[in-house]
Amino acid sequence: MMDDLLGDFIAETRDTLEALAGEIVAWEAAPDDRARLDSIFRFVHTVKGSCGFLDLPRLERLSHAAEDVLADVRADRRRPDARLVNAVLAVIDRIAELTDAIESGQPLTDTDDHVLIAALSEQAAPEPEAVPAQPPVQAPVQADVTLEDDELAAAVAAALDIEPEPFVLLNPVEPAPAPVPAPAPAPKPAAVAAPAAAAPQAAAQRSVSRTIRLPVDLLDRMMAGVSDMVLARNELARRLRDTGAESPTEVAFERLSLCIAEMRDAITRTRMARVEHLFTALPRMVRDISAELGKQVLLEIDGGDVELDREMIEMIRDPLTHIVRNAIDHGIEPPEQRILAGKSMAGRLHVAARQVGNQILIEVIDDGRGIDGDKLAKKAISAGLISQDRGATMGWDAKLALIFEPGLSTANKVTAISGRGVGMDVVRANVERIGGTVELESKVGQGLHLTLRVPLTLTIIPALTISCGGQQFAIPRSAIEEIVRIGGDAVRMGSLGGAPVVFIRGTRLPVVSLRDVIGLGGEGPEQTTLVVLKLSAGNRYAMAVEAVHDHEELVVKPAAPVVMASGIYGGTTLPDNSRPMLLLDVAGIAEKAGVQREQSAAEVVETVEEEVHGDAVPVLLFRDLDGVGRAIPLGLVERIEDCYAGAISTTAGKVRLNIDGRLIPLVSCGVRITDEKVRVLRMHDGNQELAYAIDAVIDIVNTEIVLQRNVVPGPIAGVMLVEDRPVEFLDAFWLFAQGNGGEHAREVRPYCLLSDGDPWTRQVLAPLVESAGYEVVYPGSEKADGADVVIVSESAPFEPREGAVLKLRTIADDPRAAPDSLWRYDREGLTAELRRHWNKRSAA
Amino acid sequence: MQNLYLIVDIAGQRAALPASYVESVVEIDDVAPVPCAPPHIFGLFALRSRVLTVVDTLAALGAGRRVAEKEMQAVIVTVDSHLYGLLVDNVDDVVAIDGVPTPPRALLAQGWTHCAAGVLDHEGEPLLLIDVHALVAGPAAIAA
Repeated sequence: MMDDLLGDFIAETRDTLEALAGEIVAWEAAPDDRARLDSIFRFVHTVKGSCGFLDLPRLERLSHAAEDVLADVRADRRRPDARLVNAVLAVIDRIAELTDAIESGQPLTDTDDHVLIAALSEQAAPEPEAVPAQPPVQAPVQADVTLEDDELAAAVAAALDIEPEPFVLLNPVEPAPAPVPAPAPAPKPAAVAAPAAAAPQAAAQRSVSRTIRLPVDLLDRMMAGVSDMVLARNELARRLRDTGAESPTEVAFERLSLCIAEMRDAITRTRMARVEHLFTALPRMVRDISAELGKQVLLEIDGGDVELDREMIEMIRDPLTHIVRNAIDHGIEPPEQRILAGKSMAGRLHVAARQVGNQILIEVIDDGRGIDGDKLAKKAISAGLISQDRGATMGWDAKLALIFEPGLSTANKVTAISGRGVGMDVVRANVERIGGTVELESKVGQGLHLTLRVPLTLTIIPALTISCGGQQFAIPRSAIEEIVRIGGDAVRMGSLGGAPVVFIRGTRLPVVSLRDVIGLGGEGPEQTTLVVLKLSAGNRYAMAVEAVHDHEELVVKPAAPVVMASGIYGGTTLPDNSRPMLLLDVAGIAEKAGVQREQSAAEVVETVEEEVHGDAVPVLLFRDLDGVGRAIPLGLVERIEDCYAGAISTTAGKVRLNIDGRLIPLVSCGVRITDEKVRVLRMHDGNQELAYAIDAVIDIVNTEIVLQRNVVPGPIAGVMLVEDRPVEFLDAFWLFAQGNGGEHAREVRPYCLLSDGDPWTRQVLAPLVESAGYEVVYPGSEKADGADVVIVSESAPFEPREGAVLKLRTIADDPRAAPDSLWRYDREGLTAELRRHWNKRSAA
Repeated sequence: MQNLYLIVDIAGQRAALPASYVESVVEIDDVAPVPCAPPHIFGLFALRSRVLTVVDTLAALGAGRRVAEKEMQAVIVTVDSHLYGLLVDNVDDVVAIDGVPTPPRALLAQGWTHCAAGVLDHEGEPLLLIDVHALVAGPAAIAA
């Protein structure tokens, strides 16, 4: 893959050099020409960008130096005099040579790179000397010096201070033509003929890069032609079947079929490439940039096998790079800031590609600080871009869109990474030029969700064919996580609140019956296979289908608007059997089936890779409506949802939430809910449901729950330190009792007297006793006398009294202990005893 | 002013389709249904290497539903760079008709009102000029 990228880079660089040839010459003649200057600037900028992640430090240094100088010129900080032009041209020539050298594998001496770079600086003495660089066709001569030179960096720095040496001729064997009359060096990369012939070369030839340029229409025609050929072949196949072909005819036909299939593949390859090409460079880039900026970033990439027109890929490359850089530079906060904000230390950057209908969506999602639309609006007002009124009345989306205004940078300092005047305005212009759009969604403090939509002319997607209701459909392979059979190992069907779910290796997923969604009736073969599908943001669900067939590469075309309007299709495909097949839109089906798009807390646990130590359980930390940080064991939380406040009603004195067409009790810490939407934790105790309203989820941690318990029953079970912060734990028992209580008469609980009031008894024993259904009392309480059960430590003096007595010993295996004593930590034994007495009492 | 129109029979009514939309007339057989699509979408059909959306003109006009037959005649039209096959009872001829369509004076059934762009007179016979966009969009568009 790297070779591919390098090859692409080399071809691209050469192409641009060719195109730039004229520009360079013209610029030399008229250095004031901005347009030309801009083209040259963009060239070096692109080269610099590619070098970064292709690991070409020399090229990067050279192009960076040139870029700096050109930026200065653009900003009118320097005049483009002849000397500067020479120096830039020299650098560009060197870039060309290096590109050749990379391709041919020949090393190139770099001892004078720093000289070229130094020549760019202002302090360099006026230098009209001979051309330092050769036209790019020349192959290098010295073959014994290595490419890498770490001292070069130091040399560059030093070079700016020292007197630059006179230019060194690269090719000393160069005969007469080389010392061109100064100071009009103008090496024309296009005018290649003479020097090429002149220099006798010892080194290898320039290896010709074997690419050619083709008009895109020609490729389209080929594509259409091949598809027709396939259909004609199918027609022939049918006829042969009908008329019963003879054996030689069949053999010949098979050969023809094979040839056609291969040709179809090859021609497909001419236009399409996988988005992978865009994505492979990302991990390195992200790593380097985050290292440079001192940030930690976790990169997630999805959908690399979505195929896209090569043309489109090239057009999106720059915008995508810029967006990712922005995300790391301006979006994701430094680790300390993130921790203060209650976020995880490493920022999450998710880059995903998928096909929806006749578009490819490339999403870049980060959980950084997001874009502050209000700040943007203020800047825009003060920059005179919008009026005060407009700024006051514009909606949030419009404010976010201000980021595309040129010249409006929210970065407090324009960093070397992303601030080079190639701003979001250029990104959007580039995307729109190919008929695409850029959309933004952002919540301040929570991150930015950016979607690039690029139209498809033609797409080929690896897809899986499934059947349902007697019909075949296709599902994009990129959306499929796995396929399981119902009844297989680790697959257990279940039901939750009337909706079918499946437990796959212990994780619960909603189940969607495709047959039901598309309304093909209830009859038909059993849907025995589950396809686990991925939605955005890590959500998943399982689709039940009748059968799974083949993997195929399918050409997907957009369906007519009236078909797309149904929301569940991503397009139409024409598999080889020539009957159109619909491609399913995985997200659309999820929506139609009512699968909630939210962070399912239970699934997040799957991805938390920490080991669970001892009694550590996952605990959900959240910020409650009153701003206090609280927690609840994750196992109690079924899902976390956003609901409309309008769905909350108070009936018969109880607050309820209308959700999924049912009313479930809603409990909260008491703060009035004023927002339009409220986030709730949905809990299920095995019998009943409950919703608890919160502000926001903070995190999920694994920890052992050891609480300092409240003595008085209430919504808070106790407090403990979680990651050095005191966190109140919700008392689920109390919540459920609160939410659903009132309908049953509160049973009077039996009392258990704990004869010792020591801290252990209070904090460790008491909760256990309470959870067994007893009310705990201590000596001195008025209820102490009538206690149903008494628990003593066996060493304590004791008077026999009413009620059963449980003796606890401190040592597990103590031969001297009374035979009927229980070890204090024998949870099972204790609970069993307590229950036994409870039952006895109830039965009585 | 002379324009070209294709004369067809739809739902027992003689109608005219603007020839500028029409690409061809084909017989179609194997139509793949589209579940969850509006009722006037009969299905999908492959014509050479292109997929076209088959429109049940009866349903689009609110005049019932077309029953699938072995071979059906469809007029292939292009609307907004999408291909559609309009199911018709019969295809007659392409004719040049003078003049502009006049608003229908008779009360049309609701479905026809939606899809008719006027009336053309041809050889003494009134032809309803079909608004192809509206036909393809279907009756749901009225409600929208």
